[in-house]
Amino acid sequence: MFARIIPMVIKEFLQLRRDKAARFLLVVPPILQMLLFGYAATFEVYHVSTAVLDLDHSQESRDLIARFTSNGRFNVMKLARSQRGIDKAIDSSEATVAIVVHAGFAELLRKGQGAPLQVIVDGTNSNTALIALGYINTIAAGFAQDYVTDLMQRVGQETRPLQVTLEQWPWFNPDLNGRWFFVPGVIGTLTLVLIVNLTAFAIVREREVGTLEQIMVSPIRPAEFILGKTVPFFLVGLGEVALVVAVGLLWFRIPFVGNPFVLLFGTALFLLSSLAVGLLISTVCSTQQQAFSTNFFILSPFFILSGFAFPIASMPQVLQWFTFVNPLRYYLVVIRATLLKGVGIDVLWPDFVAMAILALLLLTLSILRFRKTLE
Amino acid sequence: MNAARESIVTADGLTKRFAEVAAVDGLSFSVNHGEIFGLVGPDGAGKTTTMRMLAGVLRPDGGGIVIDGVDVVADPESGKPHLSYMPQRFGLYEELTVDENIRFYADLFEVAQDVREERASRLLAASGMSQFRGRRAGQLSGGMKQKLGLTCALVHTPQILLLDEPTTGVDPVSRREFWGILYGLREEGVTILITTAYLDEAERCNRLALLHNGHLLYCDTPAALKQRMSGAVVAITSSAGRAAHAAIADLAGVSNVILVGSGVHAVVDDAASRIPALRDALQRGNVVFDDIAVTAPSIEDVFVALLEDERRPR
Ligand SMILES: Nc1ncnc2c1ncn2[C@@H]1O[C@H](COP(=O)(O)OP(=O)(O)O)[C@@H](O)[C@H]1O
Ligand SMILES: [Mg+2]
Repeated sequence: MFARIIPMVIKEFLQLRRDKAARFLLVVPPILQMLLFGYAATFEVYHVSTAVLDLDHSQESRDLIARFTSNGRFNVMKLARSQRGIDKAIDSSEATVAIVVHAGFAELLRKGQGAPLQVIVDGTNSNTALIALGYINTIAAGFAQDYVTDLMQRVGQETRPLQVTLEQWPWFNPDLNGRWFFVPGVIGTLTLVLIVNLTAFAIVREREVGTLEQIMVSPIRPAEFILGKTVPFFLVGLGEVALVVAVGLLWFRIPFVGNPFVLLFGTALFLLSSLAVGLLISTVCSTQQQAFSTNFFILSPFFILSGFAFPIASMPQVLQWFTFVNPLRYYLVVIRATLLKGVGIDVLWPDFVAMAILALLLLTLSILRFRKTLE
Repeated sequence: MNAARESIVTADGLTKRFAEVAAVDGLSFSVNHGEIFGLVGPDGAGKTTTMRMLAGVLRPDGGGIVIDGVDVVADPESGKPHLSYMPQRFGLYEELTVDENIRFYADLFEVAQDVREERASRLLAASGMSQFRGRRAGQLSGGMKQKLGLTCALVHTPQILLLDEPTTGVDPVSRREFWGILYGLREEGVTILITTAYLDEAERCNRLALLHNGHLLYCDTPAALKQRMSGAVVAITSSAGRAAHAAIADLAGVSNVILVGSGVHAVVDDAASRIPALRDALQRGNVVFDDIAVTAPSIEDVFVALLEDERRPR
């Protein structure tokens, strides 16, 4: 029944093996992108450009400011002389954060009272702003703590703890965990883009080169043709995932606490559903140019609406519905859970089922769409 | 045996339009078992479109196709095992070697191992390709690519072979080899439909169909088509073909002048009375010529004349 799948697979692999450019594109860019995006995609904030205005000129104020200067999270760009200088720095985006120590800061501290520290944050990027505030809070709290300890030692008497004037951000996580969260997401996204791109051109290229016309006059069945295209790309996809996961584990030191077989199973379903997306594009488009534009049109929403960076639960309901047909949505859950949390099939099965249904549906659609005619 | 039983491919009122253009318009013809049938016509006549419909990769908008007694419009897949189709641009996998291409197409048609090897060796030997079996298709010359295409198309044993301009851009030696293979196939009883841009090749067909704007103008043997031409052909042997063409094109009684390798051919209504006029016109135009005489019309003369008749407003 499916006798012609094997020659199709052999043919695809021979083509791939002889195509130097394709071999290069399958190995080098994924590794480079993995390294690049692994660093780029993070919620953590480093080197926040900071302007400082010290109106107190006390030992205490200098101590506090030194804590910002010596901290890698902040990059003190400017020591302002006046409030106007501060305003200008923020307005011109020269600084994202401004810290103002008002006159009388030290005096209040010495009296054992809480002392205000004025912080101005450019809220344009609310995410960075919130995180920077969190760091400032930590630094201010550390300063207050040390000051109290110091004061107690010097005065030799019990003082009531100093008030921390900034609000607490309990969710803040100053550690490396941000990278752990993103690297698995980068793995899934890279794989999706790579596989959809490979498969979207798989049929269109044969149409443009003219080999498809030849295949159409043979007695090959649409299912044999589509599956003959599926198998090689599936195997290539497995290799790709292994490659980028290896980079994640060895370079970024991502933990792998879960069961490799659960990840393998989930990856298989993810690959099938993503290459089905590509094949469907390929059966619908008639030129590589069309396939290229369609890919672009499809992949961007897949990425944005995957939960890679923006929580699906915070999206409007309509967009949330769209995420149900997005294989990346499910795979991100699976890969984060297997790598970081060690969660098994007992929890992940709904995502597995969803990807399986998607794969089945889209592959069937591709087979039905693939007509053995030139129109 | 009557004629109806002999015909193996029948097109009946075949029609295909692309948007505004009627690429094929009510085309009817039938091809007899075991003949080489040529579809000829200028570019855009609808030859490729006809071939594609016969091969079952394009659905006609109207009309019927019967191949070996089976209605292939209703079921395009039913014709495919009997057919072999070599498109105008044969789809070879350029990264694959000659042998790998052949093996792939043999696999698609599920040709038995021993049969395919025997056939491939014979076809490759006939086209002088035996020593290139390990070479990548992308590195073959244009003529070799066409011959490999033919080999791939023939690796299963089709009853009917559809060839769309198989020799366009192929060198003369390869073309001769190509036709050698076609004659051999005809001996084996294979029916061949071929389109060609070379009218000397048209002469090699058993029967010809002349297409123009998707219509069938004439369908007959090359000899009968030549008889159909009214008037005579006068050959003027000259190295100044263009000048000769210009000098005589507008003379009374000259319906057509075409450039040929040795000079020009002029189609005239009556040779005896027109030759002196032609001679005069050439001398008046200072055109040097070696000879002027009546000649047997070539199929090219016939087609140009017949097409000209068709284009001329009536
Ligand atoms: N896929 C197509 N889309 C639109 N027009 C087409 C298509 N294929 C052929 N045509 C048009 O149909 C006519 C016949 O084309 P074709 O069959 O290729 O002629 P030939 O092979 O005799 O040169 C031409 O006018 C051509 O432009
Ligand atoms: Mg053509």
